[in-house]
Amino acid sequence: MTTAAALATGLPFLAAVLGLAFGRRFPAAARALATLPLAASVLLTWAVAVRHDSGGVTEHGTELTPTGALDITLSMRVDGLSAIVAALVATVALLVQVYSAAYMRKDPRYSSYAALISLFSAAMLLVVYTGDLIVLLVGWEVMGVCSYFLIGHYWETEVARAAAVKAFLVTKLGDVPFLIGVLVLGVGAGSFRIGAIVDGVPPGGAGWATAGTLLMLGGVAGKSAQVPLQTWLPDAMTGPTPVSALIHAATMVAAGAYVVARLYPVFLASDATLVVLAVMAALTMVSSALFAFAQDDLKRVLAWSTVSQLAYMTGGLAAGGRDAAVFHLLTHGAFKALLFLAAGVVIHLAGTGRISDMGGLRRREPLVFWTMTAGLGALVGVPPLSGFFSKEAVLGAAEHTAIDGGAGAPPAVTGWLVIVAGVLTAGLTAAYATRLWLRVFFGEARKPAPEPHGPTPVLMLWPLAVLTVPTVLLGVIGLNESWLPAWLGDADGRAYGSADAANGLLLQAPAYYDLAPRLGTSLAAVALLALGAGAVYALWRRDPAADPARVLGRLRGPAERGFDVDRLYDAVVVRPVWLAARATRFVDRVVIDGYVHAAAQGTWLAGGGVRRSQNGNVQVYLAGVLAGFVVLAVTVAVRA
Amino acid sequence: MHLVYPLVLAVLLFGIGLYGVLARRNAVLVLMSVELMLNAVNVNLVAFDMWLRDTLHAGQALTLFVITIAAAEIGLGLAIVLMIFRNRATSDVSALRDLAEPGAVPRARRRLRTARTRPGSEAA
Repeated sequence: MTTAAALATGLPFLAAVLGLAFGRRFPAAARALATLPLAASVLLTWAVAVRHDSGGVTEHGTELTPTGALDITLSMRVDGLSAIVAALVATVALLVQVYSAAYMRKDPRYSSYAALISLFSAAMLLVVYTGDLIVLLVGWEVMGVCSYFLIGHYWETEVARAAAVKAFLVTKLGDVPFLIGVLVLGVGAGSFRIGAIVDGVPPGGAGWATAGTLLMLGGVAGKSAQVPLQTWLPDAMTGPTPVSALIHAATMVAAGAYVVARLYPVFLASDATLVVLAVMAALTMVSSALFAFAQDDLKRVLAWSTVSQLAYMTGGLAAGGRDAAVFHLLTHGAFKALLFLAAGVVIHLAGTGRISDMGGLRRREPLVFWTMTAGLGALVGVPPLSGFFSKEAVLGAAEHTAIDGGAGAPPAVTGWLVIVAGVLTAGLTAAYATRLWLRVFFGEARKPAPEPHGPTPVLMLWPLAVLTVPTVLLGVIGLNESWLPAWLGDADGRAYGSADAANGLLLQAPAYYDLAPRLGTSLAAVALLALGAGAVYALWRRDPAADPARVLGRLRGPAERGFDVDRLYDAVVVRPVWLAARATRFVDRVVIDGYVHAAAQGTWLAGGGVRRSQNGNVQVYLAGVLAGFVVLAVTVAVRA
Repeated sequence: MHLVYPLVLAVLLFGIGLYGVLARRNAVLVLMSVELMLNAVNVNLVAFDMWLRDTLHAGQALTLFVITIAAAEIGLGLAIVLMIFRNRATSDVSALRDLAEPGAVPRARRRLRTARTRPGSEAA
């Protein structure tokens, strides 16, 4: 089974290497090279997931160069979590590759683009499957680099270059504490193996666990675009739309939440980390939903909604709901990929990404209308679409933490934070999704439609159809405890059964493994959902041509710019760094170079003194030789 | 004969030659002084050869070498001096400073020299 996992990771990597090396010479092969290895990966990951069923952990690996105290192991650790997430990653990646084959068919750099997506998929699968934190870090950084290259795919434009650099720098900023956190955990547990770390946490928590997880939150915030490192994701939308769907919606940004879920027993043992994570999630959730409401660019709306939905995952993790968070990760991966791919078709049809220029697209491509409606419904959490169940699972876990709590549960404050922010965000989500839906698909086209590009390629349409199935139906897997929770297993990877729950053998209280919606939070969330959607609908009915975002009034400008956090960072971080760089340059130019120049000048001057004697008169030279000889002779004579 | 007489003669010859090499300005006289120094060495070689009663007479043989080489050397040296005199109309050693470091020669003398070395001023 681990061999299949290794193969599933290795095949896209091989495809990427071949694609980068020969893609330009054999452009005809690029398309096959992009899709076929990934298709094999999909089959393998599904085979691993099916074979794994609800078993415990399977781990095989070889030690890499035993060097000393802490060894690095090349291992594949298949448990419920990694098997399922890997299947999601590979499937979405394959659909995106298929979609890209049509979407990017005229792009001159298609071969390198496809190779980078393959490389990204391999790195993500490595992160998902690996059983060693250092190897995970390798995959993590490779993903970051792929993300940088793919955001900057249209590097001819200044915007894309700036966005790529920004994304890279901001995520790296989070990765520095992440690296230190990995080292702290490795030293604390005496091993970098995930299994050893998870088993090595003492029941009451430990100083190294708290320190390590707190530091790791930096990387989680960077990759998953949580406050305070959220600003890179909306800008990253300058990349091609399939990239936004794959990397910046469905998979890579979920890696932050995935790592927390992977090391969950360690996080569960450190209350401080969970509180910080809950605060981060609550802030992110509400603020980015508000930003999404104010955006005018279709992809930026979706980007902020991604940030907001990722905060549901981190919030669920903070409130103790690991299974709920993973559930939301899965459904979000499906419906957000669907939304982005559909947005690609919408932009293709409308010839613009600006919502204020769209309208009335419902009749142009009914399939897109219906699939996007399903995606938006799932995003909002309309029962019975998938998003409803996963969101309610998160809120249910938070409710249990807030009210019932009990020994071993996260602090109650995390539960309250997540409930309040989550319910509020449910309303805001409904509002921005309704605005998007009405403005794009209904009313009259506000700008004459461009010349039709011809029919939408069928390769772009059928990934939408495929993704609609899980978007609508995936929610049911959480309804029974013997389905998703049993598949995921316990947080330390061990097999899970209802008997274990009854006997108290699990890490958490049984309520956290129950993903079915709860009445109280469901009612609150649905009520706010109806309120948000209804308010926007009423505003729209009053004046279909005007943007419902006008209701924000003066708040709208700042909200569209993400509350000017960029400018704040510019003032707080960028400018001081610039100043420091200038000071460094001054010191380098004036002080350090001063020493170098003075050394050279001194030698020059001393040489000038000697040069004076070089006056061309041979007799003077000879006299010098004679004098030297006499001195030597006298010295020798005196010495003797 | 006591060894001291030829040695004193050699010292005198060498001293005169050294003075000539260091102090005379005329290149021909400088060459002649070099010959004097070489011959002081020759005197030494012959004197010690006799004093040591060397059966192989290595000193005398070496003297013959030195005389041969000195003849060749003076031939070359005089040829060079001749060429310099043809080109520059002088054989003053202290005026021949083309290899001096720039800035190490007083300005007035440099101007004099450049005037002399202007192309076209060579003797026909």
